[in-house]
Amino acid sequence: MDAIILQILNGLDKGSAYALIALGLTLIFGTLGVVNFAHGALFMIGAFCAVTVQRVLNFSYETIDPSQTDFLGNPLVVKTPYVFSWFGPETGASIIDWSVPLAILFAIPVMIVVGFVMERGLIKHFYKRPHADQILVTFGLAIVLQELIKYFYGANPIQTGAPDVFRGSFDFGVMLGFDPNVIIYPYWRLVYFAFAAVIIGAVFAFLQFTTFGMVVRAGMADRETVGLLGINIDKKFTIMFGLAAAVAGLAGVMYAPINSPNYHMGMDFLVLSFVVVVVGGMGSLPGAVLAGFLLGILESFASMNEIKSILPGIDQIIIYLVAIIILLTRPRGLMGRKGVMED
Amino acid sequence: MFGLNKKDTTLLIAVAFLALCAPFILNPFPEGSSLAQFNAGYPDLMQRFVIFGIFAIGFNILFGLTGYLSFGHAAFLGVGSYSAVWMFKLLGMNVLPAIALSVVVAGLFALLIGYISLRRSGIYFSILTLAFAQMSFNLAYSVLTPITNGETGLQLTLNDPRILGQSATADGGIPVTNLLPGIEMRDTFTMELGPWLFQFNTGYYLCAVFLLLAFYLSVRIFRSPFGLMLRAVKSNQQRMYYTGLNTRPYTLAAFVISGMYAGLAGGLMASMDPLAGAERMQWTASGEVVLMTILGGAGTLIGPVLGAGFIKYFENIFSKINDSVLHGWFGFMPDGLENALVFVSHFFVGKSWHLTLGLLFMLVVTFLPGGLVEGGQRIGRLFRRKSAEDAKSTDVKPAE
Amino acid sequence: MSKTNLTRRGVLQTGAVAGAGLALPTYLSAASHTGFTNAPGDSSVTLGFNVPQTGAYADEGADELRAYELAVEHLNGGGDGGMLPTFSSKVLDGTGILGRKVEYVTGDTQTKSDAARASAKAMIEKEGAIMITGGSSSGVAVAVQGLCQEAGVIFMAGLTHSNDTTGKDKKANGFRHFFNAYMSAAALAPVLAKMYGNDRKAYHLTADYTWGWTQQESIAAATEAMGWETVNNVLTPLASTDFSSYIAPVLNSGADVLVLNHYGGNMVNSLTNAVQFGLREKQVNGKNFEIVVPLYSRLMARGAGENVKGIFGSTNWHWSLQDEGSKAFVKSFGTKYGFPPSQAAHTCYVQTLLYADAVTRGGSFNPCAVAEALEGFEFDGLGNGPTLYRAEDHQCFKDVLVVKGKENPTSEFDLLEIVEVTPRAQVEYAADHPMFAGGQLGSCNPGA
Repeated sequence: MDAIILQILNGLDKGSAYALIALGLTLIFGTLGVVNFAHGALFMIGAFCAVTVQRVLNFSYETIDPSQTDFLGNPLVVKTPYVFSWFGPETGASIIDWSVPLAILFAIPVMIVVGFVMERGLIKHFYKRPHADQILVTFGLAIVLQELIKYFYGANPIQTGAPDVFRGSFDFGVMLGFDPNVIIYPYWRLVYFAFAAVIIGAVFAFLQFTTFGMVVRAGMADRETVGLLGINIDKKFTIMFGLAAAVAGLAGVMYAPINSPNYHMGMDFLVLSFVVVVVGGMGSLPGAVLAGFLLGILESFASMNEIKSILPGIDQIIIYLVAIIILLTRPRGLMGRKGVMED
Repeated sequence: MFGLNKKDTTLLIAVAFLALCAPFILNPFPEGSSLAQFNAGYPDLMQRFVIFGIFAIGFNILFGLTGYLSFGHAAFLGVGSYSAVWMFKLLGMNVLPAIALSVVVAGLFALLIGYISLRRSGIYFSILTLAFAQMSFNLAYSVLTPITNGETGLQLTLNDPRILGQSATADGGIPVTNLLPGIEMRDTFTMELGPWLFQFNTGYYLCAVFLLLAFYLSVRIFRSPFGLMLRAVKSNQQRMYYTGLNTRPYTLAAFVISGMYAGLAGGLMASMDPLAGAERMQWTASGEVVLMTILGGAGTLIGPVLGAGFIKYFENIFSKINDSVLHGWFGFMPDGLENALVFVSHFFVGKSWHLTLGLLFMLVVTFLPGGLVEGGQRIGRLFRRKSAEDAKSTDVKPAE
Repeated sequence: MSKTNLTRRGVLQTGAVAGAGLALPTYLSAASHTGFTNAPGDSSVTLGFNVPQTGAYADEGADELRAYELAVEHLNGGGDGGMLPTFSSKVLDGTGILGRKVEYVTGDTQTKSDAARASAKAMIEKEGAIMITGGSSSGVAVAVQGLCQEAGVIFMAGLTHSNDTTGKDKKANGFRHFFNAYMSAAALAPVLAKMYGNDRKAYHLTADYTWGWTQQESIAAATEAMGWETVNNVLTPLASTDFSSYIAPVLNSGADVLVLNHYGGNMVNSLTNAVQFGLREKQVNGKNFEIVVPLYSRLMARGAGENVKGIFGSTNWHWSLQDEGSKAFVKSFGTKYGFPPSQAAHTCYVQTLLYADAVTRGGSFNPCAVAEALEGFEFDGLGNGPTLYRAEDHQCFKDVLVVKGKENPTSEFDLLEIVEVTPRAQVEYAADHPMFAGGQLGSCNPGA
C-alpha cells in the first residue's frame, strides 16, 4: 500500500511535466494544425532561462587572494558576485538562491517573444503545407536551437538548484499513519505539481471564460467558418502560439532544479510528449492532461521492484505498451475527436 | 526495356551509371589538395550512400505512395542487421544467406507490426509504429542483451561456431564477410590517375547491384496497378471504402515490402561491417529516414536516394572538418582574417555539423517544397530554357 | 592488378615514384611494399582522433580533443613538452614519430557504435590514419576496437571503464590505459569499509546496459568481501531522466547506503534526485545514510553541483596530483586552455604518448611491432606512478584514486579531493579472473 501511494506521488510529478508539454503541443496541433517538433526545444529554452538568470545573478568581480593558489600555482582569483556588494552578502546570497523562481518573471516575456518570432517568421508559411513538411522544418529548427544552446552553454548538464527552503523532503507517510521515511517526497516536486496544476487551470480558464478563448476554441472546431465570420483568426493564432511556448517554457524553468538542464533535454521529452498527446486524443486538451498524468503514474508503477521482478524490463517499455493498447482499443485515443490528423 | 517506359528506362540507366561510376564522381578533387576533404569516394561512405538509399527507397514505397508515415522503420533495419550478424556467427561468412535471412525476418516483423498498426491511420498510425520501434530499441539495449549484446552491439568473436565456415582463420583472426570464397567484401582495388585516387570496393559494388534491383522493383511498383491502388489510398481512403474495396491488404503489402527493403539495408550494412548496434533502431534513426525521404522529395523515385546521400554526406564529411583543416584552408589570408573566418566556420563544421544540417533542412523545405528533386527540376528547367534546342535532355527527372 | 585491403597512404607513397604524372592508370598495392595498413610516408604520419562531438558526452569529447592536440604539439616539438621530460622512456625527442611529423584527423563518434565505426572507417580508408584513439563510452570503445582489429590498425582506447573492453571483448590490436570497474571496486571498497564500517546494507541502482552491469557486479563483490550486504539491485533504463521512482523506495528497504552505478547524465540526475529526496540527512539502522558514486567524472560532476559534496567515488586521474608528470601535464594544458584537464583528457594524452613511444622503440609503425613494444611495457612519469601494460589482456595496471566531493571548493574546477591513492598491487587481478573471462586477444592483425 505504502509503495503504491509513493509511486502515485512520483507519477504525479512526472505526469505534470508530460501534461504541461503535451498541453502546449496540443494547443498548437488543435488550433494551427501544425506538427511542432520544435516544442521540446521550447521546453529546453525555458530551462535555460533559469540557467541564464542564475548566471546573470552570479556575474562577479574578481579579486586576487595571494594566500591561496589555483591549479597552476598562480594566486587564486576569487570571484564575488556583484549582487553581494550591492545588497550585502546575505541578501545577495538569498537572491541567487531564489534564481529559479525569479527566472519565471524572465521566462514569460522571453518565451512569448520566441513563440511569436517562430510563428511569424517560420511556422505561418507552413499552415497549408503537408504535415511531412512541417515535421522537416520544425525538426530542423529544433536542431538549430539545440546547437545554439550547446554552443553557448556546452553539452554537460548545468546545476540549477531550487531555493534552500525547498531542499529535503516531506514525510507524507507520517501524516497518513505509516512509519517515518516510508513515503517521502521532495518539497520542490510538490511545488512543481502545484505549479503545473495552476498553469493547467489557468489555460483552461482562459480558453473557457474569455472571448479570446471562445474564438480559439471555435477556430479549433472549424477554422474556416470562424474566418468567414470576419474574425482575424491568424492574429489570434499567433497569440496562441506565444501562449503555448510560454507554457512549455515555464514547465522548463521549474523543471530545472529537478534535473540539471542540458541542451538535448528537449529531444528527450519530445517523443514522449507526442505519445502523450496522441494517447490523449488529437485536439483534446483535457485528453492531453489526463494522458500525461496517466502515463506518468503508470511509468512509476512499472519501476517498482515487485513488478520488475515479474516482468523484467517492463519499465523500459511501459509507456509505449500502454500507448499501443489504448490506441487499439480507443481508435482516437482517450478523448480524441473524429477527423483530426487522421489522414 | 525491362518492361519500363522510355522515361523510366532513362532514369534507371542514369542511376546505374551513377552507381557504377560513383568512385570517380565522388572523388573529384586530387589527393592532397585542400579540397580533398570534400571527397566522399571511399568504400565505407559509398556503401552507406547506397544502403541508406535502399532504406529510403523502401520507406518511400510506403510513405510516398500511401501517405502512411511510419515512425518506426528503423526497427526493421535493426532486426535485419541482427539476423545477418547471427548468420555470420552461426552459419558462415557468406553474405547471401545472411542478407536473405535479414529480408525474411524483417518482412515477418513488418507483417506483425503492420498488421496491428494499420488498424489506425494518420498520426495514430505513426505513433503505433513509433511505439513498437522504441520498445524494440529499449529491449534490445537492455533485457535482450543475450541476443543483441546490448550497448556494445552484436559482434563476431573467435568463439562463434560458424558451422559452414571456420571460427578463426589460420592466423588467429576473425574471418571476414565474403560473397564467394576469395571474394571478400572489403577487397578494394585502388586506381591512381595522376594525382587522383579512386577506390573500387567489392562490397560497394554488391550494394550497388542490390540498389539497382531495389530501384528497379520500386519503379515497377510505382507504375503497377498495385501502385495505383496505393496512390488511391493516399488521395482518398474513404472513397475506396465506399466503392467496396478493402484497402488493408494493399497497405499491408506496401508496409511489408518497405519493411523488407529496410531489412535488406540492414543485412547489407551488417555484411559490409559485421556489427549490429541497438541504436540503429532508436527513434532518431527512424526519424532520419523520414527526413531523408522528405528532404529528397517524397513520392518521387529518385528523391529518397538523394536525401539519403545528402544527410550521410554531412554526417561523414562535415563532422571531420576541424581547426587544423580550417587553418589549412584559410592559411593564405592575413592572420586576423584567417582567425575570423575560422571562428565563423566553427558554427557550421566539425562539432557543429548538426547546426548546418538543421539550417539546410529548414532552407530546403522552405524554398523547395518538393525537396531536392524540385531543386533539380528547377535547375533542369533553367537549363532547358537556355538551350531550348536540347529538348531531349537526360536530366534525372522524378517520376511525378 | 592486385588486391589491397583498406589502404591508401602506401599507395600514395609508392605511386608517387612509379606513376606520378602518368596519364595511364596504374594499379598498385601497398601491401606488397609495406606489409601493413596505411603505412605512413617519409614526411608525416596521420593519427585518428575519434571522440564524441555531438550528444551527451560532447564536452568530454572536446576535452579529449584538446589533450590530443596538445600531445601532437608536444610530439612535434612544440610547446613546453608536457609529460615528455617526465616520461620514464626517453626515446621521444620532439621530432615527431620516427622522424615523421605527426598530423591528425578528427571524427565524431556521436557516442553510438555505428557512427563511431563509420567515422573510424573514414579515417582508415580515406584519411590514411595509422592509429585510432578516443571515445567516451565502453560500447563505442568495444565496437571501434573490433573494427581496428579487422582493419589492421592499432586502437588506443580513450575513456572506457567496462571490464569487457579488456575482458571478454579484448582484442590484440586494442590497448586500454584507463582503469576499469574491477579496479574501482577494489580501490573503493576498503575505503568505504573504513569510513562507513563493515556492517552496511547497500542498495544498488544500475544503468541497464553492459557497463552498468559489470560495475555493479564488481562493486557488489568487493563490498561484500568487506562484510557489506547487498540488499537490492535495481536496473534503471538508460534513457531515464528522472530517477525519483527508483529512489523513493530506497529508504524503506532497510538499506543504509545507496550505490549509483551511473555515469554521465544518468549520474548527474540520479545523484541530484537522491539529494533532493533528502536521503543524506536520514538515519537508517542507527547510521547516517550514505551515497556512493563508484565512477566519478569531474566534468559531469559539475552538473550535480554541490550535491557531490562528501560523496565517495573513484577516478583514473585528477589534476591535483602532485607527482612531476601530473604537474607538468596540468601546467601545459592549463597554460594553453585556461583550465585543468579532465581524467578523459589525461588518459587520451597518455595513450598518444605511449603509442608514439612504442612505435619508436619498436622501430616500426607496423601494428604488430607496436603491440609487441607495448605488451609488458613498464613505465613511469605519466601521472599514475609505475604502470604496467599487461601483455595478457592489454590493460594498464596502476594506482587508482579514491576521491570524494570537496566540501569547500575554491573554484569551479575544484570539485574533488583525493582521499587515497590505492596502490597498484591492491587492484591487480589475474588475467583469467571470472569477471574478465570469455574472450581471447587473438593474434595481432597488421592488415593488408
